[in-house]
Amino acid sequence: MNIRYVGDSALLVEVQDFRAAQRLRESIGRQPPNGIRELLPGYDTLLVEFDPLQLDAAELLQRLPEFMQDLRSAAAVHTHEIEVRYQGEDLEDVARLTGLDRAEVIRRHSAANYTVAFLGFAPGFPYLAGLDARLRVPRLQSPRARVPAGAVAIADEFSGIYPQATPGGWRILGHTKVVLFDAARASPALCMPGDHVCFRPVS
Amino acid sequence: MITVIEPGRFTSIQDEGRGGFAHLGVPRAGAADSLSLRHANLLVGNPQGAAALEMTLHGPTLRFAVDALIALTGGRMQVYLDDVPLPMYQSVSVCAGQVLACGPLLTGMRGYLAVGGGISTAQLLASAATDTLAGLGPPVLRAGDCLTLRPHSLLQGRYLRSPPEFSEQVTLRVITGPHQEWFPATALGSFLDGCYRVRADSDRSGIRLAGATVVERNPGELPSQGMLTGAVQVPGDGQPIVLLPNHGTTGGYPVIAVVISADLPQLGQLRPGVLLRFQAVNREQALQALRYAAENLRTASVCADPGLLEARGLMLLAKAHPALREACLQLGRRRVRLRR
Repeated sequence: MNIRYVGDSALLVEVQDFRAAQRLRESIGRQPPNGIRELLPGYDTLLVEFDPLQLDAAELLQRLPEFMQDLRSAAAVHTHEIEVRYQGEDLEDVARLTGLDRAEVIRRHSAANYTVAFLGFAPGFPYLAGLDARLRVPRLQSPRARVPAGAVAIADEFSGIYPQATPGGWRILGHTKVVLFDAARASPALCMPGDHVCFRPVS
Repeated sequence: MITVIEPGRFTSIQDEGRGGFAHLGVPRAGAADSLSLRHANLLVGNPQGAAALEMTLHGPTLRFAVDALIALTGGRMQVYLDDVPLPMYQSVSVCAGQVLACGPLLTGMRGYLAVGGGISTAQLLASAATDTLAGLGPPVLRAGDCLTLRPHSLLQGRYLRSPPEFSEQVTLRVITGPHQEWFPATALGSFLDGCYRVRADSDRSGIRLAGATVVERNPGELPSQGMLTGAVQVPGDGQPIVLLPNHGTTGGYPVIAVVISADLPQLGQLRPGVLLRFQAVNREQALQALRYAAENLRTASVCADPGLLEARGLMLLAKAHPALREACLQLGRRRVRLRR
């Protein structure tokens, strides 16, 4: 476990993978020291942001091994089956880049079982791990000015779903009507880290 | 109630932001210059983090339907109440029916208007903050909008002990790292020696910089990881971006340094064209600076009787309105003499 100081108000804890990052988040969250502002998991890190007037970084650093001892996961895991109309703007390009035909791209994308690695980019945007290795394609050279809400897209080793219309550089395979983020819900983000996601093609 | 006659360039409602939801991908948002927000609220007797108006480069024109106690802080601008110049950095009573016209900012990037009692808006994820990038909170002000005010009791006037000064040349203190291995050995030195101009395409998510020399870095990107306000990211083109409160929660560009907490409010006042330098300090120095800033905030606002407020106001008006300088100074001096 490597830990880096980030400015005067955060530690970046490097862990094995997103599962470990999520479990460390839960572990610290069970008995958070006073002054913690954010526990923000990434692909293989947990950013621990704190108020330096309330919490001494050295003290936090000392307590981290104790938190690392308790990496059980108590969070409920949900499975989301998400209906997708596979008529995305970049389907043809992805087929060309991967050397597969359109039907095979759709088959492989909808056959995989995904795990929500972490949320980022926009409220409720899930980074979904588990993409078929043959579907790994780079982002667009130049991002689109507007990707519509519900766009199901891929980039590098991830699939993702745009919760709202934003600029974006991922390649769009299809669209869903599912509402991924609603601040008025008790749990605003539909997909939480650790949840399972699968896509079902609809016409 | 307040009616918006002219919305200004980009006027939004801001408070301390929606902290604690970053793991859902929700940016913190909130005031870009949190210190000026706190100053404005202190002057009208509100909790420091109460919702206020954040104005960008050019302020709004507003009609008050009720009596109110207001205060304007942040970058210096010319402000008029029914065509009479109004001082910033102190509380001012506004009567029902009066029109407050905020002009262009002469210094800094953002001004703040707090109203005694606070602006009443729906809370979304524990904050009233406008976040146009994530699409959360109220939209930016438009002509015809009505703002509802919370009830308040008019209290004694207050003024700011030392109004802020915003310069065209700014040095921000940073702690280097955390991704030092992404940069060749000479890059950090040249980054700290370099001088950067704030670009016009900066916004509430980040300040984009243009330097004479690019910051050299290794190719590629990091796996996505948590980011925080003040992080100085270096994208592939070597032109740094300093993150502001509306930044995306995760990112993949390596971070060469992070602005210390005590200097974060200054980020919100960097206007396009400002020349920026970075100075490395250690964590102990950063903490000392933050303690000093907290102590300053504790004693920032001072109670004053109406006579003293008027005298101070005239002195400030002399600064903001060169044409009125002599008249203001004379009146101000007479006020001060009368008080003695």
